[in-house]
Amino acid sequence: MKLHEYQAKQVLSRAGIPIPDGRLATSPEEAESAAKAIGAAVAVKAQVQVGGRGKAGGIKVAKTPAEAREAAMAILGMDLKGLRVDKVYVERAANVAAELYLGITLDRDRRRPVVMLSTVGGMDIEEVAASTPERIARGWPSPLLGLLPFAARALAFEARVPEPQRDAVVDIAQRLFAVYRSTDAMLVEINPLFVQKDGSVLAGDAKLDIDDNALFRQKELAALKEVSKDEEAEEKARALGFSYVQLDGDVGIIGNGAGLVMGTLDAVRNAGGRAANFLDVGGGAKEAVVKAALEIVLANQRVKSVLINIFGGITRGDEVAKGILAVTAQHPPRVPLVIRLSGTEAAAGRKLLEGAPLVSKETMDDAAREAVRLAAEGRVKAPATRVKR
Amino acid sequence: MSVLLGRDTRVLIQGLGREGSFHAARMKDYGTAVVGATKPGKGGTTQDGIPLFDTVAQAVAATGANASLIFVPAPGAADAMLEAIDAGVELVVTITEGIPVQDMLKVAAVLETSATTLIGPNCPGAITPGECKIGIMPAENFRPGGIGFVSRSGTLTYEIADLLSQAGLGQSTCIGIGGDPVIGLPTPDAVRLLNEDPATEAIVIVGEIGGSAEEHAAEYLRAQGKKPAVAFIAGRSAPPGKRMGHAGAIVSGNQGTAQSKVKAFEEAGIPVASAPSQIPRLVREALARR
Repeated sequence: MKLHEYQAKQVLSRAGIPIPDGRLATSPEEAESAAKAIGAAVAVKAQVQVGGRGKAGGIKVAKTPAEAREAAMAILGMDLKGLRVDKVYVERAANVAAELYLGITLDRDRRRPVVMLSTVGGMDIEEVAASTPERIARGWPSPLLGLLPFAARALAFEARVPEPQRDAVVDIAQRLFAVYRSTDAMLVEINPLFVQKDGSVLAGDAKLDIDDNALFRQKELAALKEVSKDEEAEEKARALGFSYVQLDGDVGIIGNGAGLVMGTLDAVRNAGGRAANFLDVGGGAKEAVVKAALEIVLANQRVKSVLINIFGGITRGDEVAKGILAVTAQHPPRVPLVIRLSGTEAAAGRKLLEGAPLVSKETMDDAAREAVRLAAEGRVKAPATRVKR
Repeated sequence: MSVLLGRDTRVLIQGLGREGSFHAARMKDYGTAVVGATKPGKGGTTQDGIPLFDTVAQAVAATGANASLIFVPAPGAADAMLEAIDAGVELVVTITEGIPVQDMLKVAAVLETSATTLIGPNCPGAITPGECKIGIMPAENFRPGGIGFVSRSGTLTYEIADLLSQAGLGQSTCIGIGGDPVIGLPTPDAVRLLNEDPATEAIVIVGEIGGSAEEHAAEYLRAQGKKPAVAFIAGRSAPPGKRMGHAGAIVSGNQGTAQSKVKAFEEAGIPVASAPSQIPRLVREALARR
């Protein structure tokens, strides 16, 4: 779960990391009075969770409260990479002498957190990482011990942080590691970490991404969760214990097990089609589960056929078939269904499905080919219902 | 015996709730020695004929258990794993999904200084067909034989095991290593075990997008592979930046893409199936070339 900049900065500030004076605004008037209260030049920053806000025009500097009002008027309501801006953060503009980078995330290969520090922070940090990786100092602290003072100092020396800022940067790095641990972060990042002309160091931006699996114990942060329109179906699926991701094809996919569903997506692609979604219903596939899954997939108007690929493990294939029959009898789907059952009692399940208004196939490859063929037919038959993106 | 588990394995269950009891019964049916379970406060009693203990250490002392299967819900799962490691259990298998990454980082750090092998979390477990099953996989899809099988998936593993079994390609040991970003036995380590196992004639590796474990396994096999291997990567058609169910299966930038994994295997001379259905044929061809 990603936090907005203003939320992340509050978390950092509470951990003792210096941040510029700032206030949230949802209207040009609020932005104006925020700038007045700050009493200096401000940056007006769109609060949307996308990278590259500055380059996309989502950040404007304003010298006066009136300018802040105008900047907010321009930014509020703006579409930034598909997301509508409905709040801005008005923040005292820093007197920037240099921009550093400081970030902590997971290094999967080492199974440790990795702390990264660089004196070439700012908008092009990815470029730096790709072209001159030696400019980024890295350390892998023990998750049991945390970022010890000597290790933080070693990072600052390796990154060649100038002497006047060294102690402040070492202190901020240790505090940021404490934030990483205490918030169950997947990523916490300060980019840029400003060095001001007076020599002081403060967080220019902040990113904080919380592990969804840890939200049960991060109640305060979990309460900040916002669901955008694009994510509504994904949220609904999550509430049911499903995992759903919308894609841009027209073959709806339902399966049990993430790997099996990914394999099904690949089979559809191998057959020349494109999947409309990823939907993993998790363990089992009883009637209620099949019904809910079909509803989610068919809510996407682009879907022209649905491929259900269920491996009957502990759940038996005949029970799955009964579930599918009960659902289709009550709610005839608007597009053709292709069912592929395998595993325990699959043959019995397929026998039950004979004569039902759906296609049953024995292998994943055959089922994918059939679903792709039916989707193509659907496109020809019903071009009017096609939804443009 | 193959690797990690066999006839001598004595299994303890941590988390004998609804799911734990269901699968413990199925494991016993399969012939697995389920020797006890922990339930703090219920030590000295039994449940479904399984003796209960207050702590893992007590259970190990009383039963000689050398493996543990964990069903404890996510908030307490790391504690359960650390308890098993502390009690010196040789093999710990964690089925639980949804464990916070930072909990797993702590467990991984403790594992580094212990002799325990951890499989999982968020995995189906492991099986040495005909001898021992520790996990939740439907046993009827597996047959004894010489194929060592390591997989990051759950149901896809059952599907592929079924395809192999039907093609007459039985398995030495199948290890479902789990789909989380931080796991106890990453692909390269599991592959190393199978590569060194005399009972394993060929290795099947089922990977997923995300991370670089498959690339490292390919590097290892290129340098030290003793037997033929075949790979399959799920998620070749996944768009970048999307999370596909398993917390591990997320692609960012060029790292962990299906293309990078396929390339690594092909450069190591390991054929990559583009669909699970091709795996048995590729295994046979690889065995014939040996």
